[in-house]
Amino acid sequence: MAGEQELVRKAVIEFAEREVAPHAAEWDEEDLCPVDVLKQMGQLGFLGTIVPPEYGGTGLGYTARAVVLEEIARHSAGLAMAAMTHYLGIEPILRYGSEEQKRRYLPKLATGEWMSGLATTEPSGGSDLSGQQTSAELKDGKWVINGRKCFITNFDIADVCVMVARTGTDDKGRPELSAFIIEKGTPGFEQGHREDKLGLRSSSTGDLVLKDVRLDESALLGKRGDGIKIALGTIGEVGRPGMAAIALGIIKGCLEEGVKFARERIIYGKPLTNVQAIQFMIAENRTDYDAARLLVYNATSLKDAGNRCDVESSVAKLYSTEAAVRCAERTIELMGGYGVMNQYPVGRYLRDAMTTISAGGTSQIMKVVIGSDSIRKMQ
Amino acid sequence: MRIACLVKPVPDPEHYDRISVSPNGTLVRAGIPIVMNPSDRNALEEALKIKERRGGDVTVFSMAPDDAEGVLREAVAMGADHAILLSDRNFAGADTLATSYVLAKALERFGPFDLILAGNESADSSTSQVPSQVGVWLSIPALTGVAEIEHNESLTVRCSSEGGRAVYEVDLPVILAVKRGINSPRYTSFAGIIRANKTEIKIVRAEDLGSDASMTGLEGSPTKTLKTSVLDICRKGEYVEGDAGDIADRIINELRKAGALRE
Repeated sequence: MAGEQELVRKAVIEFAEREVAPHAAEWDEEDLCPVDVLKQMGQLGFLGTIVPPEYGGTGLGYTARAVVLEEIARHSAGLAMAAMTHYLGIEPILRYGSEEQKRRYLPKLATGEWMSGLATTEPSGGSDLSGQQTSAELKDGKWVINGRKCFITNFDIADVCVMVARTGTDDKGRPELSAFIIEKGTPGFEQGHREDKLGLRSSSTGDLVLKDVRLDESALLGKRGDGIKIALGTIGEVGRPGMAAIALGIIKGCLEEGVKFARERIIYGKPLTNVQAIQFMIAENRTDYDAARLLVYNATSLKDAGNRCDVESSVAKLYSTEAAVRCAERTIELMGGYGVMNQYPVGRYLRDAMTTISAGGTSQIMKVVIGSDSIRKMQ
Repeated sequence: MRIACLVKPVPDPEHYDRISVSPNGTLVRAGIPIVMNPSDRNALEEALKIKERRGGDVTVFSMAPDDAEGVLREAVAMGADHAILLSDRNFAGADTLATSYVLAKALERFGPFDLILAGNESADSSTSQVPSQVGVWLSIPALTGVAEIEHNESLTVRCSSEGGRAVYEVDLPVILAVKRGINSPRYTSFAGIIRANKTEIKIVRAEDLGSDASMTGLEGSPTKTLKTSVLDICRKGEYVEGDAGDIADRIINELRKAGALRE
């Protein structure tokens, strides 16, 4: 990595070790999203790496964002999830927003003054975007929106959300989806049920309810009918590499905690590190870490260079999230009885790793993306 | 106010368990990352706080090889305005006297400075000599063990040592060596990193400094390291037998003898 990115990594590690590591277990146990820590991250520039300086960000890019997510997830994958999702509100405004929308939202989002999220999933499904039921009708110059979004991360802390709703049907009879920017406090826009998740518990996830919400026409993001393009582009090129970076942080945690335990644990008068079977486990964690790292930063480097990275992001997500589960299981096994004691963090790592798999599309969806691309290219 | 801050790149203290001594007595530090000396970060934080309150600028100085540039860049990312790396083959192998000579020459060359701040000691050698020696070279007062700096009309400095505490009122210019507990250094912001990458780290050689070669590096160092050895530190163990009351009495007695319990 370039010197600048290494300075970025160093800055995040220092912050994470002092502000995140000591509290991560408590946030997980209390199912608490530490908004004050997110705000602090925003002030340091951790939440605005993809926003150019003219809109109040640093413009350090997508690789720098992945470094932030990896190093925060090293100690708290849940907090990294909240930060990751915040970027899912930023990206569509950055790519598709009008100048007025960019000026209104990006400076506040880049510095963490406002938090954001992306609301696409509905009870009918997440990856089946076109099956959405939330509707937006244009009446007397206002968009009137009704529906319910579920499994929305940052649903309670987001000051502004990008959401997708059905605005009609196209000339072939297919659903026409459009994206909107909606601010907290808009009449009829309410928080619903809060989920009790298995992992990534330092981020909050729940329902958003829209009852006769009336938005100005200027709340439309991009053009009418751009909803699928905006949602899939954001999830495919920012959400999935983000989840992969979080999984990478979990793997790093497994690798480091496994080595630390094996060095300190004395068995038959010698440290566990002397046992070849233990060395093999550490080697497998290390190999998973190096492979996931290359895949994550390959995808983000493509994005930074202005290239498509949807397939590479799916490859990175498929590999990293599944490797994170493997590494957590392996590390628990390495630690024997201690591995299942909650005074050690690896049990949390396993719960967090399992939760990364469904976020942003399951492994099966990643395989659909990767498989169909491979078949198309190799015809 | 013109403030100078002296920083030293040191092997990361988090990895000191990986340092070993080679058969010929030299320290083996391979693979250990180089970081800014911890108490120098506190000195820089203090410099930045004073600058924010009183205005002026902060220049960081380090005598180190060219590859220590990253540590100076980090200082700029924290908020320093200028960074000067004093790097020359002739500076290698310097003890504290030769180091303080080069630092003092640089402070004269790029000064004058109203206030010079440094860490009280380095994490790797812990001599605590350099700040006082710089004061002697520059003929300005030096205070060590600084635990608090109050900057009103004049400068009030609280110093602490094993023997007690002392409060000084000092005139400028002065050199202050601060302890780690004086503050909590700020986090590096990404905006700072971008600025650091745009800031020139000025590399100054012996010829630019006009230093006397016989006063620098190994040649200018009256101190020679003859031998380095690892201290064998182990706990003293004793097996105590008897009933619970006797054992408790014995433990209390031992703790009193060690000065851990008062009568």
